[in-house]
Amino acid sequence: MESLLNRYRNITVLLLVIFAQLVLVAVQVKNDQDVRMIRVWSVTAVTPLARALEGVRSGTVGVVENYVLLKNADAENRRLKSQLDQLKMENQFLRQQLATADRAKALSLFQTRTPSKTLAARVIATGAGAGTNSKVVFVDTGSTAGVQKGMGVVTPDGIVGKVIASYPTASMVMLATDPDFAAGVVSQKHQVKGVLKGQGYAECKVDFVPNEEKVDVGEVFYTSGDDRIFPKGFPAAIVRVVRPGSEFKEILVDPIGLEHGAEEVLILLEGVSQAIPEVQAAGGPVYLAPPPPGEPVAAPAEPGSTAASGTEADRLLERYRQIGAAQGHKFGEGLPGSKPPDFNLKVPPAGAPGATASGSAQAPLAVPGATGTTGAGQRPAAPPTAVPKQSSPPATTLPARQSPPPAPKAAEPSAPPQ
Amino acid sequence: MTSGDRILIGSQRESQISRFRAWVLLIVPLAAILFQVYVPLFFQFLAYLELPLLVTVYFALMQRSPIRGLLVGAAVGLAQDSLSKNPLGMFGIVKTLVGYFAASAGQRFDVDHPFIRLLLGFFFYFFHQFFYWLLSRALLGRQLVFEIQRTMVIGLLNAIVGLALFRFLDRLKERS
Repeated sequence: MESLLNRYRNITVLLLVIFAQLVLVAVQVKNDQDVRMIRVWSVTAVTPLARALEGVRSGTVGVVENYVLLKNADAENRRLKSQLDQLKMENQFLRQQLATADRAKALSLFQTRTPSKTLAARVIATGAGAGTNSKVVFVDTGSTAGVQKGMGVVTPDGIVGKVIASYPTASMVMLATDPDFAAGVVSQKHQVKGVLKGQGYAECKVDFVPNEEKVDVGEVFYTSGDDRIFPKGFPAAIVRVVRPGSEFKEILVDPIGLEHGAEEVLILLEGVSQAIPEVQAAGGPVYLAPPPPGEPVAAPAEPGSTAASGTEADRLLERYRQIGAAQGHKFGEGLPGSKPPDFNLKVPPAGAPGATASGSAQAPLAVPGATGTTGAGQRPAAPPTAVPKQSSPPATTLPARQSPPPAPKAAEPSAPPQ
Repeated sequence: MTSGDRILIGSQRESQISRFRAWVLLIVPLAAILFQVYVPLFFQFLAYLELPLLVTVYFALMQRSPIRGLLVGAAVGLAQDSLSKNPLGMFGIVKTLVGYFAASAGQRFDVDHPFIRLLLGFFFYFFHQFFYWLLSRALLGRQLVFEIQRTMVIGLLNAIVGLALFRFLDRLKERS
């Protein structure tokens, strides 16, 4: 080291002296921006060095950080996965909350619209007896709110069960799937009555339906009101399987009220029976095209002019009406013991010229209407209304009915109305 | 011995170091500086003489020590700067370099030879002027004009004057 200094001593001293004088000059001299050169040189000399040092430092730190980050990536990945799972659970919880709010809204709407007096309740617990077939839940309203044993429990979808015990602050509800549950039901389409029974699992059955009765898959059973628990007209179950049994049909059904679970329910404090809705055809309304041009259009039947159409009972009723009109007899006004009209009187057949001129004008008896509820011999409450003829009736849409209106009961010829 | 051998150092006698008394090292430069700043007041043409430079070259050449040469040059230059409008260090840097290179040249050349003295006098004057011009441009931003022909002429004059000055200063050397 010493030899090295001796070898370069001269140039070292030269550089030191030059440098010292350069500093001296720089201290005195200012640039055109009135900044001393020593400051400019210092900044100019230090800045690149600092930049280089910063580059080395940042590069080193970056490498180290990348290494550390890579090292911690697995742990962070696990943490993020855990966080994702937690968020999924929160999302699921919020969805359930939203669904609960929707159900509560639907329940409230149903509660305001149904004619029955109901009390909203929330399922707060399930009954004890895990591993058994028992399907019992507790709701958060009890006897203090007016709940009594035997009241029905429903949702807007259908029946849920019935109250089997009422406590001051809670009630025990037996669900429709419980083996001890039973409710009278009637099918919507064929009006077949039966008893809905639980089996201890999700599927129920409808018992006591004779084999000769017709029940279709997909048909809905409504409460019949016979059990004095559920009023008539509440949806009970939908048919899934129909098999002939030894004496009664084997009908497996899904309880409608429990299809989406039961969290909020309504307890029927005072049940009001409702009509069972009519079955709508799968195809909906059927379009009837107008008749071909040039053909006579069948005018709507005028009162007393049913000879051309109708059943045998209709024709017979028309004949009796004409006989009565020909003899000036008014059916239903004759006193007991008075002379009846001559039913053997020959009257011109319906459609013959002049045959119905007078008869149709003074037809006193009701003509079987669309509802078909008026039977022969019945006196209408109001005179029939004449319907104007239409040369070309417009195309109409009629709801297709799977169950035709019942035909008017034919009067016995041997027992004509008096 | 050829003429080339006489220019370069050929014997131990030719490479011996000249020593000067302290007052000589102090008074001669000071006198040179005083001459430069005072005589031109009366003789304008003498303003072209660069006696401090010639004194620096002489002491560096004779002492044959770069460190001593650069120190003499730095001292003379700073003193010159202190008497000028230049920032301190401008002449100092230039004369430091002159002293250093002159001492280095004195280690290789026979500085007692008149032609060497004339040549070195001319060269270091040119070097001094060029480097000063360069530093003025670089450090001070002055747009000075470097006139080569004029510089060379004045350099030759200074070399001739230096030749006489060197012979005068030889008498101030210590006799060993």
